Formats: sequence, structure tokens, C-alpha cells
Amino acid sequence: MAVGIVGYGAYIPRWRIKSSSIAEVWGSDQGRTNSLVDEKAVSSLDEDAATMAVEAGKSALLRAGINPKDIGALYVGSESHPYVVKSTSSIVAEALDATPDLTAADLEFACKAGTAGMQMAMGLIESGRIKYGMAIGSDTAQGRPGDELEYTAASGAASYILGSRGLIAKINDTCSYTTDTPDFWRREGEEFPRHGGRFTGEPAYFTHVLAATRALLEKTGTTVEDYDYFVFHQPNAKFPLKAAKTLGIPAGKIMQGLLVSQIGNTYSAASLLGLAAVLDVARPGENILLTSFGSGAGSDSFSITATDLITKKRRLAPFVKNMIAVKEYIGYAHYIKFRRKLKGAMR
Amino acid sequence: MNSPRRDVAIIGVGITKYGEHWNQGLKHLITEAGVRAIKDARISGSDIELIVGGSMSSGMFVGQEHTGALFADYMGLNPKPAIRTEAACASSSVALRVGCMAIASGMHDCVAVGGAEKMTDVYGSQATTALAGAMDRDNEAYFGLTFPGVYAMMAKRHMHQYGTTREQLSLVAIKNHDNAMHNPCAQYHRKIGLEDVLKSPLVADPLRLLDCSPIADGAACIIIVPADQAKKYTDTPIYIRASAQSSDTLGLYMRKDITTISANIHAARLAFQMANMKPADIDLAEVHDCFTINEIISCEDLGFCKKGAGGKTVEEGETQIGGRIPVNTSGGLKAKGHPVGATGAGQIVELVEQLRGDAGKRQVSGAETGLAHNVGGSGSTVAIHILSRNRGRA
Amino acid sequence: MEEKAVSFYWRGFKERYGLVGSKCELCSRHFFPGRVICPECRRKGKMHEHRFSGKGKVYSYTVIRTPPTGFEIYIPYVVAIVDLEEGARVVSQLVDVKPEEVSIGMPVEACFRKIREQNQSGLVLYGFKFRPLK
Repeated sequence: MAVGIVGYGAYIPRWRIKSSSIAEVWGSDQGRTNSLVDEKAVSSLDEDAATMAVEAGKSALLRAGINPKDIGALYVGSESHPYVVKSTSSIVAEALDATPDLTAADLEFACKAGTAGMQMAMGLIESGRIKYGMAIGSDTAQGRPGDELEYTAASGAASYILGSRGLIAKINDTCSYTTDTPDFWRREGEEFPRHGGRFTGEPAYFTHVLAATRALLEKTGTTVEDYDYFVFHQPNAKFPLKAAKTLGIPAGKIMQGLLVSQIGNTYSAASLLGLAAVLDVARPGENILLTSFGSGAGSDSFSITATDLITKKRRLAPFVKNMIAVKEYIGYAHYIKFRRKLKGAMR
Repeated sequence: MNSPRRDVAIIGVGITKYGEHWNQGLKHLITEAGVRAIKDARISGSDIELIVGGSMSSGMFVGQEHTGALFADYMGLNPKPAIRTEAACASSSVALRVGCMAIASGMHDCVAVGGAEKMTDVYGSQATTALAGAMDRDNEAYFGLTFPGVYAMMAKRHMHQYGTTREQLSLVAIKNHDNAMHNPCAQYHRKIGLEDVLKSPLVADPLRLLDCSPIADGAACIIIVPADQAKKYTDTPIYIRASAQSSDTLGLYMRKDITTISANIHAARLAFQMANMKPADIDLAEVHDCFTINEIISCEDLGFCKKGAGGKTVEEGETQIGGRIPVNTSGGLKAKGHPVGATGAGQIVELVEQLRGDAGKRQVSGAETGLAHNVGGSGSTVAIHILSRNRGRA
Repeated sequence: MEEKAVSFYWRGFKERYGLVGSKCELCSRHFFPGRVICPECRRKGKMHEHRFSGKGKVYSYTVIRTPPTGFEIYIPYVVAIVDLEEGARVVSQLVDVKPEEVSIGMPVEACFRKIREQNQSGLVLYGFKFRPLK
């Protein structure tokens, strides 16, 4: 049975902070030069992973044109779920009018929880248990003030409705690569994550992204030349560019899905927003390779082919490009307020 | 509506100073106002057969409900029956109306009505939250709308539809502060100018702090008896010629037009009909200026000027003392103060003083007839009383 | 302010998450919040649940600068009465817009936001707000 994408939706909040505004406060430009992130998206005070997931979900429904009640499974991947215990997915399902006849769950696997949800939905669709499944990656990522992560940890969401009919893009295959590699973590009750510094690179990001991508190419009998676009998880701009170079991918094939310099690392949404940016422009028949990465660590890789329907359907909701363009800058003081890092402030 | 079986007259009034009474609680305030009214009426407490007292949100302001019993207890009037009325900022006008019904029906011959509110024992945002209970909590307050916000939206729309200006709003506050200078029980004795209003902080655009009535503590009490018996107690009874009340939607957003308060129009029509009068017969009025815009809107609705001309009427001085229709000679809610549960009864106290000719420097000369207009919420309750030195129909 | 029990908030989730009101099939009038009986047609009317499109125009608005309990961190914020295209009116906040950019008649669309948080350990209350129509 063919399985694929019947609708997708992106959400990027309106606010941006420039890396230079952060650098000015901490007196060092290192975070900026290391990440090549110029500015990042910041959610407002009244936004969180649930609200952004709903907004992305609404756009996906607009493109899919399906009855939300036909969604049989809804997964929200995030590392910034509003509650530690109490599902985000039920909030999203209720707001999207998909309740009550569906299964829903919150996923966490650092930045790859969204793609993990896609794989879960694919399985249920292929087995014939559900008609449509929605997988969302949504995060309002936190970086400790002054930490290198503060230059990149950003907010955004992307939603995908998968199904077997009315596909705008077919998912040809998927595979994953997982090991226990603690490159980045946050313990229960801790406000900010910790990371292994340079350890996040070679043993973590590169090992997993490259292995999953190579495995997918091998499994599908394809080569780099068979794909028109590549989207990799993008914690910064350097990593995906280096991964592409290692795999012999021309830089031109990666740029469309590389958003991190303009919006930062949106964690669970990062690679899925990259894919959305590609679907915004892909022509029917073009092939896309997507590989996510989640610290801890693992990568999910997907081979995707756009169908004829894509040109008609993508016009039904806002493009990523436009959402990046609609922005309002805030300074570091407002950023601190928005991210609720002011101790003892009015709530 | 049927005519009352007995006419009602006021024989005594009492009021506390409005303001921040740091060392007085709700019971002190109501006792002070009650004792003054009883003294003023030259009766004994044992003459009182019923107590009707308004309080808007004693539960949220001081944690005390059952304020009917509290009023009776602390005024030393046990075991007389006591009723609490609540209609947000119109609570004590409604108390007066209930008292009128008790007299008119023949059930009671001497009733103490009034109201009290102790608002300064909570912090600002708690007071804002308590007052927001006067609007639709589920559909307005839930989304962060405040009481000043409600009137701000009315103001925005009034400015949009009728060209009412920022300056006209300010002139309401300036006039009422001027009037309060001569009212010993007013919270503020401070003249303000256009600059002061414009320099005061925005509370809910376009309303600034000096467009808003203040948080206050206070109480007021009125003694009423059947008109036929009034001369027994006093040479100058003040007759209640009309007691009318109307309701409208709890939520402002449910109304077709928010530049008018339909309960104003409805209650005014009833009141003028009961009193057999027209707006031009009114010599002075206490109009519910919880926010400056409300004096403008309500003067229009009450028929003191044409719809949309409320701003101009203030600008041209027609509502000043000495003008065509003096409004809020007491200083109004704006400058006299707005201890919500006491406000309606306090308006009546002002009219009684004016009609008795006891209003000193703020006296409207030759005042025979006055109107008190009291609003609950955004106009969900409106109570109007018309008072006169003359009994009217025999 | 003392928070109410969970039931008070939960009861309104559907209505506030999805801008769900009602429509009388007989007179075609729309209501928000939803009503069981049409005030016009009374017993003859036929009420159905109606999910509003979320498109509308600003009827009036204000900028709240003195907040009630629970909204302190959000000030200044815009509250408006919105005329929904189906004909009902709602009170809600306007977001993604500067106070000085708002005007009467401005086209807006519903979006999903946090209304407020009870406190560090309480519920997060979600619902519709409006933003300028793109």
C-alpha cells in the first residue's frame, strides 16, 4: 500500500532575536560564529508547543482537505511539552476537532520526536488500522542564558498528515539508526538542558545522520544523484552542510531546506520545517531525502517523491518562506521576558 | 408596571467620607453611616422595621458574605430582618428600590436602606478581578478584559461613531473634581486640569487613570417611610417620585450598539412615566460616571442631550453647576469616590442634601427635583430614582 | 484570585478551543457562546452546534495596561470585540499586532493561544485569540 503525505503545515512565530543582540549581552561572538545562525524565531508569551502544533495542524488540514474526525492517530513530538504529565496531543486533537475517536500520544526523542511520529503513523496506515495519521514536531526550545545554545534554541512547529490516498508526496521508504549516545539531555525538574560540547558533533550528529542516510540509500537502491533535495536536521548551519559534503551532496540540493540561519534550531520541528520549505517548491516527480537527528541519539531517514497534486494543494496554506519573512525583532530584555527567564516576575 | 400603593419619602440620610479608611472595616463604615441617618431622621433605631443593604463583592473584598445580617448586627438592630442586595455597582440603588417596594406594599412603615463597600483591603489586581465579576466572567473577564476595558471599548466606539474627543472625556473629570472641592465627604479635594488628565497613565486605551473612578471605602444610609407619615418626622421630607430599574445582557459584546446603554433608555422611560415628568423637569442629576465616557453616554440616554452630543454638552458647560442641567454636583463617582456597594445610596444622599438646600457651596439654587442614575456592570443593571421636594400627585 | 475546580475550565474547552457556538436552523442566527434555545424562535427553533470560521472584523478594542490577576505578565495587551462573519460577536485578545496598528473594522482571524496559566503548578488555559488577517 502506498503511504505518504496528504497535507503539511508549518508555523513559525512572529518574533526574532538577532544573534548579535545575544552576543552583545554576553560579550562574545563565539556562539554566533560557531552556529552561523543570524537570528532565531521566538514564541510569544502566550505560545507554547501545544499552540504552535495546533497552528501547524490547521494548515496541514487546509492542504489535506480532509475531515479532522478521520484522523485516527495524532502524535506530538517535542522536548518542550507544556506539561511534564498531561498530554499535549489531546489538547491539539481537541483544538483541531479530531476528538474523540483517535489514538494520541506525546513523543520525546529530542529533535527527532516529530519524525518518529511519522513512522508510527505510517505503520498504522500501512496495516490498515487508520485512515489518516497526524505527526507534529513542535518546540519552544530553551537555552540556558549565556550558553552557546542560546544562539540557536528556537521556536516553531510542523505538522504532517499521512495517509494512503490523495497523496501530495509519496513516502517511498524509511529507516532509522539508534544508539545510546548522551550528547544532550535534560533531567526531570531541570529548567535547561546540558550538552556534551564538541561531543555533540562526531559521535552524535554525524554518526547517526550519516548512518541513517547511507542505510536508506542502500535499502532503496538509490544514490545521491537520484534526489533533488536533501533535508537534514539543523542544530546549526555548519553540521548539515558538513554532512552533505561528506555524502558528496552538492550544496545546491540542501539550501532550500536549510532554514536554521534565519530561524534557529526549532528542535523537533527543525527537519520537518525544512521538508515543508522543500514541499513549498518541489515539482511533481522530484525526490527528497529527509534525515532527522535526535540527541540521545538517533536518526530517521525518509525517501519522498512529490506527486502531481502538490502544486495545487500547497497553495492552500501559508508558505514557509512567507512565515520567515513576517517578523518583528525583539531585544534581549524582551526575549528574557518572553522566554520567562525573569526570576520572580509577575506571572 | 402598576403604580405603588403608597408613596415613599426620605426622612433621613447618612454617609461616611469616601476614601481610604485604613483603620475602618466594613462594619465600622456601615455603622457610621447608619447612625448618622438615624440621627438625621430623628428616629430611634427601634423604629426601623427592615434593613436592606447593598454590597457588590464583600466576599472578594473582605471575605465576608451575609452582609445583611452584618448590617443589622452592627447597627444594633437585631432582631429586625435584613436583606442584602447585589447588582454590582448598582447594589444600593437596588436596595433603595427594594425598600420602596416594602413601604409601597404596606408591609413596612420604616426601612433603612443603603450600602457599603470596603475595597482597600485587597491589592490592585485583586480589586480589578473582583470588579470584573460585574461583567460576563466566562466570556469577557476570562480573556483578560477588565472593567475599565469594557468602558474603554464603549469610548473607542463612541469616538468612532460620534467624533467624541479625548478633551471632552477630560472635561467630565475636570468638572467633577471641581464639584468635589465643595463636598466634605468626597475622596478628592484636588482640582485637575486638561494636562493632568493627559499626563495620567493609560489604564485601558483611550481611558487614563483620571478618567476612572477610584477604589474607595465608604457607606451610605437612607431612612424611608410612607409619604403620608413623613411630616411626622421632618418638615422637609424628600419624595421618591420614581424608582425604576431595567436589565440588559450581562456581556457588553452581546449588544447591538455599545455607544448606548439600552437599560438606561428603558429605565429612564419608566422613571419619567412614573414621576409624570420629562428630562427638562430635572434640576440636577447624579449620573453614574464610573468612567468619564459613561457620563457622556448616559446623559444622552437619559435625554439630557441628543444622542452623540454628550461630549459637546460637557464642553459647553451645560452640565456644570449653574448650567442647564448640573450633573454630579457631588463630584460624581470620579471625584467623590466609588465604594461600589455604597455608590447608589450615596447619590441619593447628595440629591437629598441639594433638595433640602443644604449643599453649601455646591448648591444648585432653587433645586426642586433631582435624578439619580446608577449602573451595574456595563449597563446590565440600571436603576433610576427621581426625587423631589414636591409630593406630586396626592 | 482563588482558582476554581478543574470542571469549571474543562467544560469550556470545546467552545474556547474551536470557537464553537450554535446556529438556529430556522432563523439562521448564530450565537456565541452557544445556546440551547433560540431567543427568537424559542421552541420552534432548531439549534445546532456551529464551528465559526474564525474570520471577522474589529468592532471595538482597547489596550489593557492594568491587568486582573493572572494576566500581569501579558500587559500591554489588546482586547477587542470581534464581529464574526457569521454574525455573532465575541470578546477576545488580538495578538501579533502592535496596539497602535489596531483599528475599528480591521479584518482578523482566529488563532489558538494560551489565555493564561494558573500558576507554576496549575493548568494552562488555552483558547482562541485573533490576529490580523494575512
